Amino acid sequence: MSPRTPVAILGSGHIGTDLAAKLARSTTLELRAMAGIDPESPGLQRAAQAGVFTTAEGLAGLRAWAGWDAIAVVFDATSAGAHLAHAPLLHADGKRVVDLTPAAVGPFVVPVAHETNSIFDNDQVTNINMVTCGGQATIPIVWAISRLTNVYYAEIVAAISSRSAGPGTRANIDEFTRTTAHGLEVVGGARRGKAIIVLNPAEPPIVMRDTVHLLVEPCDPAALQDAVAAVVERVGAYVPGYRLAAPVVHQPIHGARVPGLGEGGAAEVVDGWHVTVLLEVEGAGDWLPKHAGNLDIMTAAAQRAGELFAAALQPGGAA
Amino acid sequence: MRRLLLHDVTLRDGMHALAHQITLEQMVEVARRIDAAGIDLIEVSHGDGLGGGSLNYGFARHDEREYLEAVAAVLTRTRLGVLLLPGIGTVDDLQMAYDAGARNVRVATHSTEADISRQHIEAARGLGMDTVGFLMMAHLTPTARLVQEARKMQSYGAHCVYVVDSAGAMDMADTRERVTALKDALDCQVGFHNHDNLGLGVANTLVAVEAGADRVDASLAGLGAGAGNCKLEVLVAALDRGRERLGVEIGAALYPLIDAADQVVRPMMQRPVQIDGRALVLGWAGVYSSFLIHAERAAERFGVDARDILVELGRRRMVGGQEDMIVDVALELAERARTAGSPR
Repeated sequence: MSPRTPVAILGSGHIGTDLAAKLARSTTLELRAMAGIDPESPGLQRAAQAGVFTTAEGLAGLRAWAGWDAIAVVFDATSAGAHLAHAPLLHADGKRVVDLTPAAVGPFVVPVAHETNSIFDNDQVTNINMVTCGGQATIPIVWAISRLTNVYYAEIVAAISSRSAGPGTRANIDEFTRTTAHGLEVVGGARRGKAIIVLNPAEPPIVMRDTVHLLVEPCDPAALQDAVAAVVERVGAYVPGYRLAAPVVHQPIHGARVPGLGEGGAAEVVDGWHVTVLLEVEGAGDWLPKHAGNLDIMTAAAQRAGELFAAALQPGGAA
Repeated sequence: MRRLLLHDVTLRDGMHALAHQITLEQMVEVARRIDAAGIDLIEVSHGDGLGGGSLNYGFARHDEREYLEAVAAVLTRTRLGVLLLPGIGTVDDLQMAYDAGARNVRVATHSTEADISRQHIEAARGLGMDTVGFLMMAHLTPTARLVQEARKMQSYGAHCVYVVDSAGAMDMADTRERVTALKDALDCQVGFHNHDNLGLGVANTLVAVEAGADRVDASLAGLGAGAGNCKLEVLVAALDRGRERLGVEIGAALYPLIDAADQVVRPMMQRPVQIDGRALVLGWAGVYSSFLIHAERAAERFGVDARDILVELGRRRMVGGQEDMIVDVALELAERARTAGSPR
């Protein structure tokens, strides 16, 4: 067995702390350092107790640390603004970067959609972006169906508990809808994507729900069910609380006038099937509560992406 | 006498009742009538706000820009407004609407989630628009919390904040308490929007006016989601009879509104907009009014009772925008009926 790949986390907020808890169980990644900006943050204190190097001086603190050269992969769980400053420095230091912020300096990655056609082996790609929580939950479905038939249009509805929507998401909710819609197109393979997000304040908190509506060219219904079941199982391998909430249903649709599908952003009229895939994402409850499936799927997917980076860095390339 | 602003929602909330299929010709005709009757504001958008055209809520017959430009071209004194739900529509949609002639926007959030409206309220103010915060499903939120959320919208720059009874589930005391509390707490204007699911559309709107509301919503013949909205022509008649007692003035003329309701809007209706059993259950179960038609379709598709779907949605405390859960609930009810072995 090869030694575990040394990694570091930037950001000691909820996301960074949850990721640290997951990395403690990784058989291929070894968390050696965590950087924050608040020495009192519970995330840094927990990491220090676990024997991980910690600094409250952010990336500068990591770069001044003697162990920095050995770090191969860095997870950035800070903010879009901070990541824009971090990215060139991390690149100069030769690090592979998994960006969990909305900065999207590098290409979008949804782990299942890249495992067979890996961008992790591409030396030119050193910084990847994890899209959004809703993107991680729904793009795998669109990707799987677009390998089976033409996906004219994919639309997702992500419903999350109000408790798990942080101030960053709330201050810029347009960023979620735009980024997710783009991911549905470039990674999912839909000609046109649209994303909707709903915050639900119910108590006890709702578990994250994601619904994928697709307009597709009719195909073999059994193959459709199988493709969705297979991809749900593959995502479930790194996000244990990811599941289908109901069987996949479809119905014919005629004359659907889809905004933005035609030339120059005009509407285009489409006939086909309206496929509905109902998903539920329960968190693992590592650091964040179980209802925060939206945050859990980001950290779980980031861990998986980090593992794929690490595998590509091993002698002999991707596992 | 204070001036009460009337905001017509026939062409926005009414889109729900017609599955977003209102034609350009119908839009223009309704807008001409509203303008001629002297109504202050008219809202034109997808039922679920700008960008609402989707598989989840239904695609509209025309592009939003086409609707807005067609209506803007015939208005002479009524101001054109739009609805925007952050999470569905974006600031890009708002800019498009402004470019097409909209000068008012209601930025709508669930009544506990005002902070997602900041980006859009600030953008609207930046464009110089009359900007309104719209706190939906207000019946679910205790008044003290509603006041906190309204204060946030005011702090972002809203000129007015609405108490929105999206489920038509509030009674007169609920209405009075919430509108009074916002009037006491805010420096900006306060508005009220409701649905007729419990038969209180006009009555609660009058209560809101008594409690000091500066703006109220209504639609011709009540065309709107669920059992429809407060009926505009009825409201205008009632406000006119009570003007001395209420101390309000409106700029609207009654007969043109009665004619528009009877001659233009009622003939447009496909499903009667009325308090039938399913619309009533919306108010009783406290469910978002635009779920109605989607629940009826799912009931037919999966062989279950639309009322049971609506009640289950209420039990799960689903909020506006979660139309996807209607199919989820219908599938669950169908499965439950199948395993119980007793056809309904």
